[in-house]
Order: sequence, then C-alpha cells, then structure tokens
Amino acid sequence: MLIELKNVSHIYDDGQVTEALRNINLTIREREFIGLVGHTGSGKSTLVQLLNGLIKPSTGTITIDGLNITEGKTSLLGIRRKIGLVFQYPEHQLFEETIYGDVAFGPRNLQLEEEEVEIRVREALELVGLDYEEFKDRSPFNLSGGQQRKVAIAGVLAMKPEVLILDEPSAGLDPQGRQQLINLLEYLYEEKGMTIILVSHRMEEIARLSNRVIVMSEGEIIFDDRPEKVFSEVERIRQLGLDLPEITEILWRLNKKGLQVRTDLFSLTEAVEEISKELRGAEPC
Amino acid sequence: MLRNITIGQYLAGNSVIHNLDPRMKIIITIMMITALFFIDSFLGYALFFLAVIIIVYLSRIPPIRILRGLKPVLFLVMLTLILHVFFTKGGDLIWRWGFISIESEGLYTGFFMVTRILLLVVFTSLLTLTTSPLELTDGIEYLLGPLKRIGVPASELAMMMTIALRFIPTLLEEADKIMKAQMARGADFESGNIVKRARNLIPLLVPLFISAFRRADDLALAMESRCYHGGEGRTRLYELKIGIRDFIALGLSIILSLIFIIF
Amino acid sequence: MALIELRGVDFSYNEMEAPALKNINLSIEAGEFVSIIGGNGSGKSTLAKLLNVLLLPSAGEVIVGGMNTFAEENWLKIRQKVGMVFQNPDNQLVATRVEDDVAFGPENLGIPSPEIRKRVDQALEAVGMDRFKDYPPHNLSGGQKQRVAIAGIIAMEPECIVLDEPTAMLDPQGRREVMDTIHYLNKEKGITIIHITHFMEETVGADRIVVMSQGSIDKIGSPLEIFREIDDLKKLGLDVPLAVEMAHELRKKGIKIPDILSINELVDSLC
Repeated sequence: MLIELKNVSHIYDDGQVTEALRNINLTIREREFIGLVGHTGSGKSTLVQLLNGLIKPSTGTITIDGLNITEGKTSLLGIRRKIGLVFQYPEHQLFEETIYGDVAFGPRNLQLEEEEVEIRVREALELVGLDYEEFKDRSPFNLSGGQQRKVAIAGVLAMKPEVLILDEPSAGLDPQGRQQLINLLEYLYEEKGMTIILVSHRMEEIARLSNRVIVMSEGEIIFDDRPEKVFSEVERIRQLGLDLPEITEILWRLNKKGLQVRTDLFSLTEAVEEISKELRGAEPC
Repeated sequence: MLRNITIGQYLAGNSVIHNLDPRMKIIITIMMITALFFIDSFLGYALFFLAVIIIVYLSRIPPIRILRGLKPVLFLVMLTLILHVFFTKGGDLIWRWGFISIESEGLYTGFFMVTRILLLVVFTSLLTLTTSPLELTDGIEYLLGPLKRIGVPASELAMMMTIALRFIPTLLEEADKIMKAQMARGADFESGNIVKRARNLIPLLVPLFISAFRRADDLALAMESRCYHGGEGRTRLYELKIGIRDFIALGLSIILSLIFIIF
Repeated sequence: MALIELRGVDFSYNEMEAPALKNINLSIEAGEFVSIIGGNGSGKSTLAKLLNVLLLPSAGEVIVGGMNTFAEENWLKIRQKVGMVFQNPDNQLVATRVEDDVAFGPENLGIPSPEIRKRVDQALEAVGMDRFKDYPPHNLSGGQKQRVAIAGIIAMEPECIVLDEPTAMLDPQGRREVMDTIHYLNKEKGITIIHITHFMEETVGADRIVVMSQGSIDKIGSPLEIFREIDDLKKLGLDVPLAVEMAHELRKKGIKIPDILSINELVDSLC
C-alpha cells in the first residue's frame, strides 16, 4: 500500500476563497505510524479527507496503490475499503438499533456476504475490547461515552482497512479511556500490521507512538521526519504555537541549564534513567 | 465550508432604512403589501416601483442582491405567466395555432400578476435585507405582545426563533460531518431511485436528530442555570425605541397605501 | 459560614441503579479555587448540578450562601450566586450574537437595560472577548466560545462559578485560554471557582483538590498532598501530572527532590 500526493492544493470556495492546502507532496508507505500535528485550521483535516476521497483536490494528484483517485471514474468504495477514517467524536455517528447493526454498516456497504459480515463484526468488537455476545444486541445509545467510541471505532475496523486514520480519537476521554485507546493503536500497528495516521494535539501520544511526525501550518508541511528530529526543533515548534511533549520539554530545559542529558527520549523510564545517570555523574550545576 | 453561512439574507448596514425600528418596518411591510393587492393598473405598479427604488437607494443595498433574491420565485413567475397567457381568454385574438390561442386579456392578466408577485417578493426582501434576524425576532415579539393576554406565548416564540437561528449553522456543520463520516464507511447518498435514496438518508438523519435532542437537552439545562424562567419579568439589552423618523416613515407609507387603495 | 455546604448528600437518578452520589460532605469557602477530579462516572458532574439547583439531593441538603436548595423561592437567587459553565461550548450559547448571549442571564434577572449594557461590556472585557461582541458564536473557536459562556455567567455577578469539564472539547490553545481566564477571575475578581476536569495538569494551580470515585469523595487536600499518593490515584484510573510522576520516579532512584507540581519547579529543583 502506497499513498502518493503530488503537488496537491485545495481551495475552499465559500464566498471568500481560503486556501486550505498548498502544494503538498507526500508519500505514505506501508507500516508507518504517522503522527499528524498542527494548529486547528492548519489543513490537517483537509488532508485527511483528501486521503479518503471525501473531497477532491483543486489541483495535483493523489494515487493509492498506483490508482489515481483524483480522476473522475475511480471507485471510491474501493478506496474506503483500504483507508479507514475515524472522525472526531465518532460516537456521534452511531445510528443503528443494535451495536451489531452499526458495526455491520460498513461491511454491508462493501456488499459482503452476511457470514463474512458477522465474522468481521465479531472480530472488530473484540479488537476494541467489547465482548461480542454481551454487546451485539444492545443498543449503542445506552452505553457510556467511552464504550460508544469503541463501537464507532469498531465500525471502521470492520471494514478491514489497510490504513487507519484517526482524528483526535482520545478527545474527551478520561485517563483510563485514553490509555485503552493507546493500547489499541499499538496493537493494530504492531500485531495487525496496519499503517496508522494519528491526528492529535497530545504530543506525548504522538511522540511515543509514531515513527514519523508531520507538522502542518497554514496549509503547508513544515516538518516531516522522525519524532526525535522533529521535536528537537524546539524553537520552531513553539513558534508554530504547538506544544512539545512534556518529557522533551523537561529534558530540553535541563539541557539548556547545563545538565548534559539527551533530549530525544520520549518514555518516562528512559528519561528518568538518563537524568539520574547524569545527575550522579556530574557535579551539581 | 459551512462556516461562513449567513442566516436569511440580512446585509449589515447603517442606512436610514436599516436604522428604522423593526416593529415599524414590519407594520409598514404588511401595510404596503396589502396595498399592493389593491392596485389595479400598471400606473399604480409604476408608482409602487418608484417607492421601491427610493427605498433601495436609501438603504444602499446593491440592486444585484435584490435581483438575486428573485431567483427562487422564477419558476412560480414563469408558471403564472404561461398559465394566464394560454388559458385566460377574452379580448382580441393575438395568435392561434391549432387549438392553442393567445388572447389579449390573457397577456394582460399574465403580466399583471407577474408584476404583482415580483413587487411582493422585492418588498418583503427589503425587510429581510435591512433587518437582522435578531431585530426581526424582537419586533415580532413586541408586536405579538398584546396577544399575550389571550394566551399567545409571544416571548417564548421569539426565544424559539432566536435559538433556531443560533443552531442552524451548528446543525448544518454537523450534518456535513456526519455525512462524510458515513461516506467513509461506504455509505452512498447519491445513487439509486427515490425510495433507495430516502432509505440511505437514515444513517445521516438518525445521528442528526439524536444530536439535536442532546443539544436541546444541554441547552435547556444551560438556560435554566442562567435563570431563564420564561418571558415574564425579562428585560432586554436593547430596548426598542421609536423615534421621529419612524413616524415619518409610517406616515409616508400610510399616505402611499391610501393612494393605492383608493385609486 | 462557608459559601457552599453539602451535608450528607445522596443522589440517585433512578431507583433501580446504584446511587450517583453517596454521603457527600463538603464545604467550600468564598474565594477558593477547588478542582474536582475523578474518572468518568465518578459522580463529579452530578455533584456540580446539585450546586446550581439543576438537581436536588435524594437525601441530605445543599446550602448555598445560607440558602437551602430545597426552597423553591431561593432557586433564582442561588443560580445567580453560583453560575455554571458546561462542557460543550456550542450547547450553552443561546443568542446569535456574542453580546446578546452575555446579556441573556442579566435579562432573565430583570436588570434594567443600561445596567445590562455596563455588565455585558465589563464581562466581555474580563474574559478578553470585547473585540468579538458583534460576532455570531458559530464563527468563534472553541476556546473563545467557552470564554463567552464564562462572560455570560460573570454578567450575572455571581460569587462562584462551577465549570464542568470546560476544556474537555478544546484544543491546547483553547484550554490555555480558559484556564488563564478562570485563574484571573479567581485572583483578580475574587470569584470562587469549582473546576471539574480530568486533565491533571490543570489542577496544580488549585487551592484544594477533591478526588471522587464511584459517587464518593475519596480524598480532599492540597495538590501537593493529593499528588503525593500517585499509586492511589492510578488505582482510581487517574493520572498525575508528568512532572510529579517524574519527580516520584527520580526519588526512587535516590535523587533528592523537594515537593514539586510543575515542570518549572521540577527543572529548578534538579539543576
């Protein structure tokens, strides 16, 4: 699976013309975990919708597995089978009477046999940690917010996409719900071999999970590199009004004050190890 | 996208017309439109049209905006014209082809009716173009005020209108989002026959309704916590004040209406 | 006398289910900044609604400024004293223009028009939204909408504002705007703040933190006291601010660090 964007621009025409994306060139390869960050209005959502064929670029081409999706006649259903998109607050799109029905919506749209649909619903629910037998006949509207979100994500997973795009999937969840979601993403990436594009404001999540970070601002890609590299551009990141991962922030400040710690660590254990090693070795500063 | 949607067709401005009291504007509009139905000659229409031109000039509204407002009624206008031209009989025969004929009476009535519809739409749009929805609601609330005594909940109706206006953009945005999310799951909103299409709307409509109810619930709670307890004893940030120029405008339109009605 | 007192409060939404609140005793003094934390379903939102008479206790009583919430004649006065800001910024703005929305509360209280004008202007200035007074709410960012909602409460001249997860739906910038605003109101205007959140970083500036779990108050204390017990919080499915956790881990490695709450304090104490 290979997604390629060549010179893609997108303009919204809503009375005044706003350029949402400017000349984007981007290649997404198999088994990448991409963190997509940027201010609200930086063009992230537009980019994400382009990848799924929900909107068409004003200029430029997008190819998915060699197939040009910007041409008129491409089957969009084919694209949506390959690229799953989980919108912000996906639980707001639930509509069926039963959880089974809701999760089955996508697979049924793909014209699958009902047996296959059932297998997929079962798998998807179990992936998000909901017991199939217990939940399948319940109404999605009687669940807690966190569970509703799981059902909604299962609805996308049931389409078995090769690429999964998630827009702020942890927004509004409590710490526990957030942790479960992170575990799910890790599992999908490590065990299921999915390519994942995570749009998030939570830099800790981005830094810990992704192996490539794309930073957008005003419709352009500012950085596209490994997380250690991107988050070492401290001044620029701040200029763009974005946060650093807190661990990076601490390490970076210590470093600036003269403690020779590495600043490219994103896990707490590693950072603690590094700081204590340095503190013991060095004379107090 | 849907972010910059404007409600109604209000064009903000600071002209004499904009600054008239909304209650006066509503009364004048009703009066003039009633008068319009009494006009029985093209000369009367010409006078009415002159009045419209003067108001447009005073309001500084670009005439193109008014013309654009006529687009939705174009079909109705054409239909009226065709029906009258071909089916109203009387007067001289103008044209005949087989059993189809056009007679002068039909032509006259056709154009007469069309002029009436056009003037009607133009005059009402003058009201909505120069009065913000907010002022309109306020005006309606005051005008319905006397009906409170016979149990018409005027303030509550006005509140409902305000809330509707407030939430239209929010719900449109939401509809767009839900539609895209369902399309990402392979939903198809575009193909199939009418029955199929209607059924395909369920994944859009159900979440939209649920969301609207949730919002209504939240909003009711928020309003209650902000001491809303119906219209009784409520004061307003802007109190409507009627000034001399409102009376001048009213006087002028009374004279004008009388002319139309009498002649 | 405390501004708000809850005495032995129980609350159930429905008799079949477990009570949402069990035996809550809590008093809040005028001028305090209190954060309430707890996982989803811990009862924190229910608690908030009791303070503003949106709900009445099933048992026990809630006293606001000496007034019992059971007495219906007190309701308007209590709601004027204790204003409430909700999670979803869209679902609490009523009017089609910012200043009309801010005027909504005072209008309901029957305040004369010139006085409303004054209050609306002052309230919008206090939250830094005076430039936007003619905007329709749907053209504002989430953080801006929440600030307008806060202004709508301030215009009622309350003694206390209860905020129920006001930042949950905002981006980092919006969260900062809202947090700065409520700290400003607490410090400069002396307004009591009760702030419900599940972002632990937002609680470090509070005077007291109330930890809720399964409908009961688990702990009450200063941020330092509360965050000292990291393991307890984690058991409740809660986090601690990263700086606190890092200090905790470093101490385990034998590094001496005083009590800290923020990244600044951590960095300063290390180096």
